[in-house]
Amino acid sequence: MLIKKGAEANLYLEEWHNRKVIMKRRLSKKYRIPELDEKIRSQRTIYEPQVIHKAKEAGVPTPTIFMVDVAEANIIMEFVEGKQVKQVLNDLPPQERLRLSRHIGGLIGRLHKHGIIHGDLTTSNMILTPYGKIVFVDFGLSERSAELENRGVDLHLMKRAFQSTHYKYAKECFEAVIEGYVEVVGEEEAKNVLEKIREIERRGRYVSER
Amino acid sequence: MYCLGIESTADDFGVAILSFDGRVLSNANSAYMPEKGGIHPREAARHHAEVAGKVLAEAFERAGIKPQDVSIVAFSQGPGLGPCLRTGATAARALASYLRVPLVGVNHCVAHIEIGKLVTGAVDPVTLYVSGGNTIISAFEAGRYRVFGETLDIAIGNCLDVFAREAGMSQRKGAPFGAMVEELASRSKTFVPLPYTVKGMDLSFSGLLTAAVQILHERKHSLEDLCFSLQEVAFSMLTEVTERALAHTEKLEVLLTGGVAANKRLQSMLNVIAEEHNARFCVVPKEYALDNGAMIAWTGILAYKSKITLPVEKSFVKLKWRLDEVYAPWVEG
Repeated sequence: MLIKKGAEANLYLEEWHNRKVIMKRRLSKKYRIPELDEKIRSQRTIYEPQVIHKAKEAGVPTPTIFMVDVAEANIIMEFVEGKQVKQVLNDLPPQERLRLSRHIGGLIGRLHKHGIIHGDLTTSNMILTPYGKIVFVDFGLSERSAELENRGVDLHLMKRAFQSTHYKYAKECFEAVIEGYVEVVGEEEAKNVLEKIREIERRGRYVSER
Repeated sequence: MYCLGIESTADDFGVAILSFDGRVLSNANSAYMPEKGGIHPREAARHHAEVAGKVLAEAFERAGIKPQDVSIVAFSQGPGLGPCLRTGATAARALASYLRVPLVGVNHCVAHIEIGKLVTGAVDPVTLYVSGGNTIISAFEAGRYRVFGETLDIAIGNCLDVFAREAGMSQRKGAPFGAMVEELASRSKTFVPLPYTVKGMDLSFSGLLTAAVQILHERKHSLEDLCFSLQEVAFSMLTEVTERALAHTEKLEVLLTGGVAANKRLQSMLNVIAEEHNARFCVVPKEYALDNGAMIAWTGILAYKSKITLPVEKSFVKLKWRLDEVYAPWVEG
């Protein structure tokens, strides 16, 4: 059963060996040439489970991977019960919203500390389980990197996600994310990343000359 | 009632006159052409100052109205090149003061979207704005045009221009680099792998450009193959992010504008995703997709109707004025 028609992949909720699973199938895109299409799909299909595993080593909850089919660009993984943070964040009591944001910041900090860049940090890609745990999903655009630049871009994306979907609370939520982040990576590292974010914001503006 | 709009963010100096109901009475323009290399801000500003009188006169003549008939003066206040912006702003301030009419400062990026909506009939689109200086994926949400994705380094137009220059091409009036790259690309079907960089909703073209230039100088692949591959990778990146924005916002229109909008390959890619998401695909015609005075005049009218004006003493140009900093109350009406 199709449960989410994404821009890049479709998610199906399936029964697989008596288990409720998510089948993530990367779609062939008609707009791009087959050479590029196959490359992008197979690379992302191989890569995503690897990074999901690395995230677990870093102590960040992620879905369990059951099967990977590169030829079909198909990944079968655990169905995580819960709600997207995107759906719940705006309606939470203020204190709870900040607590959750700090918790998210801590998880991002763990990823970064272990050289993992999520690549698509939005509140749609975080599931709040009934037990209050946050599970990061969709590592489709993630990469392994310890570069400050990449960490900066990652957090900049998080900030932008807040601004576009939770604009009323964007500032306080992002500040809470940074608080949680600092607790994990330390003041010094966090300072560098924040400076990088400012640089990225300046750079992402009007560029006329190289 | 009429609005006179002045555009001068980069290489174009444009003056247009529009009626308040959105009729374009005139849209005059003069483009600065560097002899070699990219836009030199000071030289471009010198050009603007030289042609300002002539272009203004042309706009009035074609519109068939007198300066005294103008009700407001709008100008591009940013983002853009400082010397160019200041030249346009000076002309606008002088005109507004002399005619004793209100002055309106317009954001160049907002103007591209607004004129695109006016000429294509789009109402609430996801906009892909691609030019030599900008690469932005935007959609309106809660009072502002939000930036859903943008380049983290150079603009797509800049990427294509620099590659063309590295390949020894030279630009002429009516034959921009982009069109040359497109023509060469259309002669090849051989794909040379190049780095594809999408980070969430944002894009990066600098690594792609460096790799393409490096391979170009190795001379192992033809220029046609490289133009083809560069376009395929760069435009697939743009299309992927636009599709993500479309899926995320669930809007029903895709608007393509800016100088790179003229590229047929890019148009065809976006058309595919628009169809898949049951969205209408709108391409802004060249006259209004390139930098022009009409977009400034029209946005000036919209802002003025929302009671937004700018006192001359506060009309400083804003070189880095972001699209998402602009409060746009006229959109929700």
